[in-house]
Amino acid sequence: METSDKNAGAVNPEKILKEAHKVESGWILVGTVVALILIMVFTKPDPYQNMIVFMADGLWVTIYTTLISFSLVLVVGLIGGLGRISKNPIIRGIATVYVEVIRGIPLLVQLIFWYFAMPAILRDLGTTLNIESLANYKTNPLVMAIIGLTIAYGAYMSEVYRAGIQSIPKGQMEAARSLGMTYFQAMRYVILPQAFRVILPPIGNELITLLKDSSLVSVVAVADLTRRGREFTATNFNPIETYSMLALLYLVLTLLTARLVSYTERITKTER
Amino acid sequence: MTDEPIIHIENVHKYFGHVHALKGVSLDVQKGEVVVIIGPSGSGKSTLLRCINRLEEFDKGKIIVDGIPLDTAANINAVRTEVGMVFQQFNLFPHLTVQENICLAQRIIRHRSKEEAAKVAKDLLAKVGIPDKAKMYPPQLSGGQQQRVAIARALAMNPKIMLFDEPTSALDPEMIQEVLDVMLNLAKEGMTMVVVSHEIGFAKAAANRAILMDDGQIVEEAAPEILFNNPKQERTKLFLSKVLK
Repeated sequence: METSDKNAGAVNPEKILKEAHKVESGWILVGTVVALILIMVFTKPDPYQNMIVFMADGLWVTIYTTLISFSLVLVVGLIGGLGRISKNPIIRGIATVYVEVIRGIPLLVQLIFWYFAMPAILRDLGTTLNIESLANYKTNPLVMAIIGLTIAYGAYMSEVYRAGIQSIPKGQMEAARSLGMTYFQAMRYVILPQAFRVILPPIGNELITLLKDSSLVSVVAVADLTRRGREFTATNFNPIETYSMLALLYLVLTLLTARLVSYTERITKTER
Repeated sequence: MTDEPIIHIENVHKYFGHVHALKGVSLDVQKGEVVVIIGPSGSGKSTLLRCINRLEEFDKGKIIVDGIPLDTAANINAVRTEVGMVFQQFNLFPHLTVQENICLAQRIIRHRSKEEAAKVAKDLLAKVGIPDKAKMYPPQLSGGQQQRVAIARALAMNPKIMLFDEPTSALDPEMIQEVLDVMLNLAKEGMTMVVVSHEIGFAKAAANRAILMDDGQIVEEAAPEILFNNPKQERTKLFLSKVLK
């Protein structure tokens, strides 16, 4: 519990300078990498400009695969996290098994399972149950990849939510309940707003990791940035140039995400 | 209905694992009565208080508050809206301003309009003597101010009963009186109050009855001037000799 600090609102010039410096250096790094890419593109349009044009749609696929998955992960993680701290042993058990099983299987293996095994399972099921639409199910790689990423990262996010909720003192829930709020009202209005501030940094980490791990979907027929890069080298035979550019493009994405995360952290902090 | 007690506690038992925290406690509190419970730590006094609004489940016995037995979830929530609780650690919501702290439950439980809730908050902050703190956040206030906000937050629900769980134990000595003054005023207005506290001065000034608990049981129960000045039980004498020093 914070003690009463009369200087809580006071301005500390040194601290502001330090903060400003931190922001600056983050953007300098982004700027450097972007500048490097631009120099490469303009000084050697062949192959760099060609490859960027070729990979542009893949870049877009990577971005929206990450964003859609992450939005779903936030929801799945909340449900999983609440399940993990539920008083009901059945709900808690299901949530615990989910988290433990998913954490114990490599992400690549999970994605392969969703792409190759799951559609086959669905078709078999459709045949036995005589549901024609299911029996003729045609695999949609993107949907399966998003499901795979969501289920896997939902498990990690459940633990992030659980830790955040448990970091809020028990008295907060008691005070809310003693005012007549239901468990879910107390969660929504009292516990989660506080927990969210605590877990914002780890949530940001999960987003950055998810962005990087989304490159694994290139193995299961999704034409993301990585896959488009591999396709480009396959016809142009220039792995050094292509994979350097691929790495730089991912770096721009992750650095920009990191800036976004630290910006969100700062505005939620100053709100107090 | 007139002599029906507003709180009826009958033979309540509570176990924490193997620890028998409440050993068959029975207590009736009448409407408008102020009851102060004292006793050594671990005597079960806070546990008993927390059983009254079911923050703590009890294992045996029954509690009826304002005619509603504490059994189903719906009844428990109904009782909680009629019973205000003030905690030792204040438990204000640190992410909300003082005003939002007082308005939140009014809005979502009592379904009052924003203006209506704000009006209640304004009046109550004036009543507890900090009308100028509405826009501040709890960590910016002193302990005594925080506890007065906590009292205002509980009162905003128009409770019929107020429970106080060691409301001054976490406060610096010079802030105790400002909180006790608010409680004294409440008592004068006829609020039914159950107070766990070792503030003998408050008990003498405001309480109708004082109770000494020890080892999960009620040891002695009497008017405060009798319990504090002329107790019958040896256990009470021993406890008071340590507290009053």
